[in-house]
Parts: sequence; C-alpha cells; structure tokens
Amino acid sequence: MTDARRAVGVIMRATFLAAVLGFFSLPLLWLASAPFDAHPTITASVPSLTLANFRSLLDNPYVLSSLRNSVIQAAASAALVVVLAALAAYALSRVRVPGRDALLYVLLLLSSVVTGTAAMVPLFELATRLNLIDTHLGVVLTLSGGLLPAAIFILKDFMDATPTSYEESARVFGASPLQILGHIVIPLVRPGLATIAVWAVANVWGSFLQPFILLRDPDKAPGSVILYTLYTEGGSPRLDLISTFSLLYSLPVVVMYVFVSRRYGFRFHGGIKR
Amino acid sequence: MISLRGLTKEFPGGVRAVDALDLDIGDGEFFALLGPSGCGKTTLLRTIAGLETPTSGTVAIGGADVTRLPPGRRDVAMVFQDYALFPHMDVTANIAYPLRIRKVPRARREEKAAETAARLSLTELLARRPGQLSGGQQQRVALARAIACHPKVFLFDEPLSNLDARLRLEARTFLKRLQRELAVTTVFVTHDQGEALALADRIAVMSAGRITQLGTPAEVFRRPATTFVAGFIGSTPMNLLPGTAEGGRLHVAGAVLPLPSEVPDGPVVYGLRPEYADLSPSPPPFGDGDAFSGKVAVVENLGTAHLVTLECGDHLVQAVAPEGEEPALGALAWVVPRPGRALIYRDDALLTAA
Ligand SMILES: Nc1ncnc2c1ncn2[C@@H]1O[C@H](COP(=O)(O)OP(=O)(O)OP(=O)(O)O)[C@@H](O)[C@H]1O
Ligand SMILES: [Mg+2]
Repeated sequence: MTDARRAVGVIMRATFLAAVLGFFSLPLLWLASAPFDAHPTITASVPSLTLANFRSLLDNPYVLSSLRNSVIQAAASAALVVVLAALAAYALSRVRVPGRDALLYVLLLLSSVVTGTAAMVPLFELATRLNLIDTHLGVVLTLSGGLLPAAIFILKDFMDATPTSYEESARVFGASPLQILGHIVIPLVRPGLATIAVWAVANVWGSFLQPFILLRDPDKAPGSVILYTLYTEGGSPRLDLISTFSLLYSLPVVVMYVFVSRRYGFRFHGGIKR
Repeated sequence: MISLRGLTKEFPGGVRAVDALDLDIGDGEFFALLGPSGCGKTTLLRTIAGLETPTSGTVAIGGADVTRLPPGRRDVAMVFQDYALFPHMDVTANIAYPLRIRKVPRARREEKAAETAARLSLTELLARRPGQLSGGQQQRVALARAIACHPKVFLFDEPLSNLDARLRLEARTFLKRLQRELAVTTVFVTHDQGEALALADRIAVMSAGRITQLGTPAEVFRRPATTFVAGFIGSTPMNLLPGTAEGGRLHVAGAVLPLPSEVPDGPVVYGLRPEYADLSPSPPPFGDGDAFSGKVAVVENLGTAHLVTLECGDHLVQAVAPEGEEPALGALAWVVPRPGRALIYRDDALLTAA
C-alpha cells in the first residue's frame, strides 16, 4: 500500500519536473535548432540542416558592426561600473557616514526608476542637451548610472565581509589608501568584482530601450537593437535571421560566464586565524 | 623611548577604554601590558600604533611627538592577534610587503624576505599561501613580516593566544630569544599572567583603562599593589581572606597570626599564595593559633605538586603540597604561612608583608 503510494508520488513528481523542464528547454531547443533550419517556424523541429542562414545574416550590413557596438558599450559600461562601484563600496564600507544605509537603499530604489521607462523622456532631454545623442558615451553613462547602485550594494557586502585587520596591517606598514585598495582589497574581493562585471555586461548586452532611444544612427546601434530590424518589407519577422542572430548574440555572454567562473570562481584563501 | 602622557581614548558611547594613562617604556625593553578582557590593552596598543586617535594626551616615540602622525610614519610594526597575513600572497610576498611599500626593488626584497624567513625556519614554506600553514607557522610568518621592515618598535597583540598550550611554551622561548637578539623595543599585550611574567622585562597590569601596577615580574609577583593584581598574578590564585588587626595580632579565618607592629587596628585583607604556605597533618608545635586548620575539601593535581583546599570555617584556604605528601580528602590539616610571605591589604592598598 505505502509502496504503491510512494510510487505514485515519484511518478507525479517526475511528470511535474518533466513538464517544467520541457517548458523551459523548448525555447532553448528552438534557439539551438532554428538557425540551422532552412525554413524555421515558431515550433522547434528537427531541422533540415543548412548553414545558409548564417550567410544571409552576414549579408546584412549592420550585423557585424552591431556586435562590435555591443562589445564597446558592454565593456565600457562594465569597466565604469566596476571601477566606480569598487571605490564607492570601499568608502561606504569603511567610513562611518551617518545615514549611510538609508542612502544606499534610496539609491537602489531610484536606480530602477533612473533607467526605467518612466525616466526615458527626461533622459533623452538630458542627453540632447549634453550632446550625447548618437554617441556610445551617452548609452554607457545612462546604463552605468542605472547599474551602479545595485553594484555598490553588492560590492559593499563583499567588502564588509573582509576583515579590516588586513588593511590595518598594511596601514601600519605605511601603505597609502590607494595602495591598500590595489594590493589588498581588490584582490580579496575579486570574486565580487568579477560577479559585478559579468552582471553589468549581461545587463548592457540585453538592454534595448536605452540604446534604441539614444541612438539614431544604425551604425552605432548594438545587436539588441539590430535584432528588431530583421523583418521583411511586409513587416513579418524573418525567423531564419532572428534565430541565427539570437544564437550568435547570446554565445559571447555564455562563453563569458563560463570563462569568468572558471578563472575567478568564488575562492577565499584564509589567512585570518580565528 | 615610548612616552605616553595623559593618554585617553573614549569611544563613541562613552566607553573610556584608556583613561589618562602615563607610561614610559625604555629603549630595547620587552614590555607587557597585562590585564583581564576588556581592560583596554588592545586599544592602548592600537593608539601607540596610530590606528586609533587618542581623545586627549600624547604619544611620543624616540623623543618625537607622533600623536598626529599616521601609523605608516611612526616606524612601528604590529602583529595582530589574528596575524592578518594577506591570504592572496605567498609567504615571500607577505614578508616582503613592508619593503614593497618602501619601493625596495623586487630582487632585493625577495632576498631580504628569504633571509628573514631562514632566521625563523620558514625557508621551506616560502612559496605557500597563509591558508596552507599551521597556526604556529602563521605566527612566525607574521613575526617575520614585522622583523623584515626593521622598525623602531614592535607591537604584539596577544601573539601567542592562538597557539595550543604546548606550542605556546615553545613560541614563548623563541620570542624571548628573538627579542634579545634584535634588541628592539617591544610592547606586547596579553591576558595570560604566566606569559607576561615569563617574557617581560617590565609589566603594566591594567584594569578599566588604567595602570594598576607597574614593575618587574618579580616585583609584581612578590608585592602586588592591590588585591586585584594579587588575584590576577600567579598560576594558582592567591588566598585573599578578610581579617581584623587587633593589638598586633591578626584574626583571620579562625587563626590568630602575628602582625608587624606598624599595622593599626581595623579590618584588613590577608593575602597568601598557596605556594608560600606549608601543609602539615598535625598542629604546629607552638600553638594552634598560628596556622589555619580545617578539613581537606579538594585536592587538585598540578603535576609536580598538589593544590589542596581546606575548609576553615566559612573560608576556603588553599596551599600547595609537594608530590607524595598530599593529605587524604576529609582529613584534618593545617596550613602554616611562611613568615614574611603574606601580604596585608587595607582599603585595597598594600600595607606590608607579614
Ligand atoms: N571600536 C570600538 N567602539 C566602541 N567601544 C570599543 C571599541 N573597541 C573597544 N571598545 C571597548 O573598549 C574597551 C576596551 O577594549 P579592548 O579591546 O582594548 O580590550 P582588551 O583589553 O584588548 O580586551 P581583550 O583581552 O578581550 O582583547 C572594551 O570595553 C570595549 O568594549
Ligand atoms: Mg584585545
């Protein structure tokens, strides 16, 4: 009796998990198969293998330049976010400022507004006045501004968790604040910095609204914007090109995740005797 | 060499961790700050290092006022209680770090690190990370890092407290020899009175941010200035018994003892180290009154001797019995103080020895 009941339980659980798995894996399957399919539809099917989609994609003059633009914008934003967030988080973690935590929470709250849809009009206005329309810098600054509060918040947690006696020890030996940051703090929070960098790149890579609004010139547009131009004159999506470009566009981020977690995975060497 | 004048450190919230402290530490001296937990030892050491800014008072090192100087310009080296070895650097890089800050060329500082490491028998460990070292090895690397920069002053915060008992004894001897050889002024913090007595040239016993007594280990051990110091110093706690002085005699715990004539009548505290009392199975010949008599309540084995606790009326009196002479539990025994070894306190100040 109990055996039967247990068996039913196992079967139900397996069925449920299979359904969930299928739900999430079908789009990925589609992404993996459609680019090689001569006539992709919105259903996933065994493709009649072809590489022709890649060739016709590369015929589009904006595809390669958009990838380059994405790399420029993502790398610059990630660099800016990591540098500024590291400095700000270090200061906020080590200096006792009254109302520090409240400030951080307010910033975090506002950050979703700053780059959100609601702020697009003022942002556009601001960018116009600053002559930042149609520049990579405009996109980088806007996106970085939105990412910074959360990045500071996460990094401050990392810095709070590293004992201050490392830094005090270096201070007694005469290290300057920047030396302490460079020699001690940054190496110790490197997993945190890697996390922030990957997260910033992924965010910028997938952002659509800001570059779409701030960039007029398709020569400057990143891949996420170009993806939305892959339609026929009649206005129907070119599924062959969209799927191929999607695959091409997501690969660098996946590769980056794997590389960074291999290289900077979460490690801590000890050295504080507890 | 190190002069502290009216040094006060008050933390936000009103805790006076160091309270109007005056202290002079001589050149090349091995100086111990001893006291119970929370008495302000670490705070005092950190104030000397420059990691805390004093609320008032001055710190001078080598005759120069350094109160306003940042830690890096005081020419001191500090070993933290947790050692604070940089986990992402190997032993060489750790030892060489002070030299790296001073812009010594890489080859020269690695040579210097290897030299210092050899002196502390760390040569085999040079390529390891701190996480791959035992506690004792980490402690020696921390020492090596402090030595490598040739400071004017060493500051050690409980350098031995993270080691196990056996290793602590070895490290103690090692530390003492090293300090002798280097002859660098050293201030070290400890809450272990045995460590302070064994290592230091002079000891400052602290309580509640003040120095209660300052002296050589022998002075502090033989003539503790207050009952607090008396209770704190010594591997077995001193007997501290309330008594009354009356006409040149002392009435304490059922015994009547002779008293030096200069003690005026009134209540006193009688202090006697268990090591300075002899245990006898029969009353002393010249009258019952000159010894504490009572039933043996506890016998503790100390290895080469026994610590015996007698119940004398309402009070407990402890004495050390040599190996093989310990009384049986529940037997009657007498504790005879050695003449001149007991200490008489009144109003928590030492009056005289008796
Ligand atoms: N940063 C701080 N802020 C507020 N109070 C502090 C701070 N650091 C120390 N104190 C207080 O100052 C007093 C002395 O502390 P300190 O660390 O100097 O003691 P200690 O003698 O080193 O004790 P232990 O043997 O436990 O290390 C304590 O009451 C402690 O609570
Ligand atoms: Mg301490």
